[in-house]
Amino acid sequence: MIETIFFDALRSAVGPTAASYALLAVGLNLHFGYTGLLNFGQVGFMLVGAYGLAITVSVFGGPLWLGVVVGILAAVVLSLILGAPTLRLRADYLAITTIAAGEILRFLVRNTGSDPLTGSVFGLRQFAGGFYDLSPFPAGQYLGALSFSANRLWVTIVGWVLVALLSVGIWALMRSPWGRVLRSIREDEDAARSLGKNVFLYKMQSLILGGVIGAIGGIVFVLALQNVTPDMFLPQVTFFAFAIMILGGTATVLGPILGAVTFWFLLTGLQSGIRSLVDSGAIPGVAGGQAVGAFSLIAVGLMLMALMVFRPQGALGDREELRLDVS
Amino acid sequence: MACSASSRAVLLLRAVLLSLLFALVSPAATGLAQDAGTEASESVSGRLTFEGEGVEGVALLVTRTDGTFATEAISGSDGAWSLPLPGPGDYLVELLVASLPEGVGLRDPDSTSREVRVFDNSSSAVVFALGPPQEASSDLARRILQSAVNGVKFGLIIAMTSIGLSLIFGTTGLVNFAHGDLVTVGAFLAYFLNVSLGLPLLVAGPVAIVAGALLAGGLDRRLWRPLRGRQTGLIAMLVVSIGLAFVLRHIVLLFFGGSRLAYTDYSLQTALQFGVVRVQPVELWVMGLSVLMLVSVGLMLTRTRLGKSMRAVADNRDLAESSGIDVQRVILSVWILGGGLTAVGGVFLGVIESVDYLMGFRLLLLMFAGVVLGGLGSAYGAMLGGLIVGFVSEMSTVWFSSQIKYVWALGVLILILLVRPQGILGRRERFG
Repeated sequence: MIETIFFDALRSAVGPTAASYALLAVGLNLHFGYTGLLNFGQVGFMLVGAYGLAITVSVFGGPLWLGVVVGILAAVVLSLILGAPTLRLRADYLAITTIAAGEILRFLVRNTGSDPLTGSVFGLRQFAGGFYDLSPFPAGQYLGALSFSANRLWVTIVGWVLVALLSVGIWALMRSPWGRVLRSIREDEDAARSLGKNVFLYKMQSLILGGVIGAIGGIVFVLALQNVTPDMFLPQVTFFAFAIMILGGTATVLGPILGAVTFWFLLTGLQSGIRSLVDSGAIPGVAGGQAVGAFSLIAVGLMLMALMVFRPQGALGDREELRLDVS
Repeated sequence: MACSASSRAVLLLRAVLLSLLFALVSPAATGLAQDAGTEASESVSGRLTFEGEGVEGVALLVTRTDGTFATEAISGSDGAWSLPLPGPGDYLVELLVASLPEGVGLRDPDSTSREVRVFDNSSSAVVFALGPPQEASSDLARRILQSAVNGVKFGLIIAMTSIGLSLIFGTTGLVNFAHGDLVTVGAFLAYFLNVSLGLPLLVAGPVAIVAGALLAGGLDRRLWRPLRGRQTGLIAMLVVSIGLAFVLRHIVLLFFGGSRLAYTDYSLQTALQFGVVRVQPVELWVMGLSVLMLVSVGLMLTRTRLGKSMRAVADNRDLAESSGIDVQRVILSVWILGGGLTAVGGVFLGVIESVDYLMGFRLLLLMFAGVVLGGLGSAYGAMLGGLIVGFVSEMSTVWFSSQIKYVWALGVLILILLVRPQGILGRRERFG
């Protein structure tokens, strides 16, 4: 039984979902870790990326590359709409606006009136074919006990390569003058402004770049599942990404990666463990699948609280670098 | 309701394809909180008739309220339709009006959907009465008035629950993401006392409200005050409140499950007819008590010593502290007051609608909208903003789909940030 739980956990920790969440966290880390922007609507960027791809390919019959471009452009537009009213205000206004925007987008694509475009509650599918046609792997089972299918292996590799490339990009950016301005904005916005830096513009660039990375995360996420429905984009996705970023270490390059692997290993391991306990009747009085979800989400909540109270810098972070606060 | 033969054929084809696809893919793509798959022993069914004859080829969209299942059913030649379901739970059945044949409409054109609860191993019947087609907008005035009443009812509840959120922000700077889940906990405390223990709601409600107030007070004493003492940053505290929200919400899910539940009292009342508007007596009570509650909180804030200290601390904490106000005690009172009011809101919402573990989170976004609209930190702003948000979202259903009614409220939030970021009653400050 322990072996099953371990391989369940490992399969999820290296899988495409973990890679997509790592991408979300990389974007969030640029927003929150490096710039101090409190974005609680990362799931909204993920949503526009995913639907940008799915609508372009499955509704309008466009090619895969065009879908990816549309998804990324949609994230740019969303950043501009969200950033324009809020980036001049205190950090918590951005938090409230972004979480609201994520839910607005979900309601809108879910709405029956959007059916011709988004498939409403049914969502869209048949947009991933072009992606899997590029796969160099012949059909079969890979990675031994993890038993990945060829398609899963392909999307996993693409996902983690993207994570690696973007992380290296962020690392390079943060060593550049541009990155130093971002961090100075996080530390003291007024100081940066008094040195003649256009704080609003830098914040906007950070919001756009991190949002685009989130959209790429959304694209990888739905390519792996080969379908997209509105309720994949609940607000808790953003909170998972926050937990991942904080777990690994806010404002560190490797933090999101370490965080995503650890988070999914723990979450899936926990779910698998609870499920086998529930199935064997060791926990009386709770009903099946719902209890597994509830228990593991309680654990996520407790982990988030404990981390923030006892080790806000996460596994890799530097406590001195993170004296973040609003205004 | 004109609808050509070809578009009906397309609808039919789409429905068949979607059902197939969902049967194939749906279990693989669902989220965390899904019931273990059982054999399809649950189902919904019904029969559509018009002037005694079965109506064929009408499409019905069946969705699970937690979003994990969606399929269409089509009525057969005798007008009967039925659909196997993946498990017990709450479902929404919507009749797609466009699929009705020409000359047939709904007898009540406003109610195109039904909520059904499906129990273990049972089949639920869903009734749609068909009649000659009527224009849904023929009685626009009635719908406007009815939505206005609903808007006031809903707005009063948002106003009540927002006061605590705004005052907590004003006194401590914390944006409390767990505030919505205090609403849920209050509603479910009353549910536990009322349904599980069998107490009448008139006893269970007040007990739950006191318990909600004590819970919020306890959270301040045991969690937030020590964190403030450790000089924890406001953003760190905000993330802690998100973690707390997760814990509270899913404890409720663990014990009470994910379906919508109702209190045993007042759930089936005959509506009173006021002119063209229908209101249940209990809804009148809820509205009256909410107004009473808001007025007394308003008086408390202006007339009593404690209320004045609350406003003083919210206005300028350092100044209040240096003039001898015990700030920690005031903050504790704010939490107790806010917690009590959220529990009141939760119980009221449970009485006029239903309770489910996500009710508070849905309300939280509207509370945020209301609080920002009225002015962060101001209690009166929260009341005004909450009322406006509730009113706007209900009024939007007159002209737009009720599925997106929250979108308008949240849209108002973004709009107000563009033109007047300090909110209607907020003090103008330089925000950088």
